[in-house]
Amino acid sequence: MQDTSVVNARQLMRNRADSRIALARIAVAMVLLSIVCASPSAAAVSVAPLTVNEAATGVFVHVGLHAAAMPENRGAIANVGFIVGSRCVAVIDSGGSFDEGVALRQAVAARTPLPVCYVINTHVHPDHVYGNAAFAADKPHFVGHRNLAASMQARQGYYVASAARALGVAQAAQSVLVPPDMAVDAMLVLDLGGRELTVQAWPTSHTDNDITVLDRQSGTFWTGDLLFRERIPVIDGKLTGWLATMERLAAIPAATVVPGHGAPTSDWPGALAPQQRYLVAVRDGVRQSLKARQTIGQATAVVATSERDKWLLFDAFHAQNVTAAFTELEWED
Amino acid sequence: MKRQNRSGWLAYAVGMLLLPLTVLAADPPPPPQANPVWQKLRTGLFQNRPISDNGNDLIELVAPERAEDAAVVPVSIKTRTAQTPERYIKTISVILDNNPAPVAAVFHMTPETGRADIETRVRVEQYTHLRAVVEMNDGSLSMSTVYLKASGGCSTPAGKESSGSASNLGKMKLVIDDNPKMNQPVMAQLMIRHPNLSGLTMNQITRLYEPPHYVRKIEVAYAGRPVMTADVDFSISENPNFRFYFTPKANGVLTAQVQDSDDLTFKTSLNVVPK
Repeated sequence: MQDTSVVNARQLMRNRADSRIALARIAVAMVLLSIVCASPSAAAVSVAPLTVNEAATGVFVHVGLHAAAMPENRGAIANVGFIVGSRCVAVIDSGGSFDEGVALRQAVAARTPLPVCYVINTHVHPDHVYGNAAFAADKPHFVGHRNLAASMQARQGYYVASAARALGVAQAAQSVLVPPDMAVDAMLVLDLGGRELTVQAWPTSHTDNDITVLDRQSGTFWTGDLLFRERIPVIDGKLTGWLATMERLAAIPAATVVPGHGAPTSDWPGALAPQQRYLVAVRDGVRQSLKARQTIGQATAVVATSERDKWLLFDAFHAQNVTAAFTELEWED
Repeated sequence: MKRQNRSGWLAYAVGMLLLPLTVLAADPPPPPQANPVWQKLRTGLFQNRPISDNGNDLIELVAPERAEDAAVVPVSIKTRTAQTPERYIKTISVILDNNPAPVAAVFHMTPETGRADIETRVRVEQYTHLRAVVEMNDGSLSMSTVYLKASGGCSTPAGKESSGSASNLGKMKLVIDDNPKMNQPVMAQLMIRHPNLSGLTMNQITRLYEPPHYVRKIEVAYAGRPVMTADVDFSISENPNFRFYFTPKANGVLTAQVQDSDDLTFKTSLNVVPK
């Protein structure tokens, strides 16, 4: 009933020692690649600095495109940026490719000679982490949620495949996952020299490894993908957890908010409203579908379709959101 | 912004923001019967027995061509023929050619169910034909095929909290239509909390590949008579979910028993009072 490759694969997976060897190989490959990629003469020369705006004094943001990643945009579809202290710089999300990471590093260099001491990843998705390797020469701490390293490991295989398809083989080969060496369990304060950042880890929401960053000096609050603006939110964690997290986010005072996608804003917590409306519509619609004993396919056709005109890229992600919500909520009672 | 015009970048959009990865490609699917993977499979499963392409006369096989989530691809088999003692669907085999374990499920039906419709959810590891091979009680075989464009479903980590954890492993839900009627097919749904581990995913805490642990047999009976039994595999999505029909002829108890690859057995039941 099964061909031999199936049996072999199973035996291999059963053998935990083999798994460890395989993992060690991946780790070695990741390190080697990051060394190669970090060579400044190799990449930095030809790449222009990423365009950034100063959202607050010493706080710089590049607003990502509302598109999918492709070679033409280097995967630069998420908001990335950095905060400058008197001692060093913290980068918050490194970009969707090694090239974007290099361009972001150039943007830092254009503003300050200070080194990058922290690269903070708000969560595991490739558009936020694939620039990490471009900062290796700074020898920064890579900072992430306590679940981030494991999530990177688990997703590595198909992230590699998807990056090759979207960015092209050459670009993808340089875009490697660099796991965090500083894990955030609950809260962490990072000192950039006269400037402290509060890094907070959240329960499963957009993903199971979301963190936020608050710059105490300027009141700039980086939400990562806990907040989408303009572009449809994506559920890759837990819908009900995300809604609960949003209530807690709303209570955090902030002068400027930098979402994971979409324009930075001072409308806080007002900026949460559209995303909350969408997620509540999905939640309530799916609950209604479940009550009516509908199937996933039926639910995706009817749930929250009134939101279609309110979000960019709606058709690319809405049905998957409904599917995720359905499999979560069908076990509710 | 039509779907067919954005295959190149939509692929990465999904990869970037959302897992598992769903991929679009322009390549036309290979012809279903000539596919060499299928040639090999069909010999093992059905030997040299002829399999007609007329499956669509008996069933309608429905699955999204472009799956929204490769780990949760809904598959629906609607039958076009009633289950009668003289002529009935005996088995329906659900096969995904390019999955690590291609035979997702073999459903065994009886004439007493009244209707042999089945719905479940499968994982899709890479672009593949999905086949439903129907065996009638006279031994004749026929097949329906759809081509699925999705990938990564079997090696998807159980990163979402919805997966069956140790504390709720084997928790079951068995529900039926609100107002069951005597002598009419009644829809039933069976859900099992189970990670249905393929052995191809990594534990996020230990970072080791977890051994396979999946539901392998399902037996549903009404008033002591079999309704549906199924031999299943890890190509079925985590938290396995089945919809099927039974026809009550009197008050009775609907029972479900599930056995997994570690020989754990889970049971549930439901009193049915048809009107």
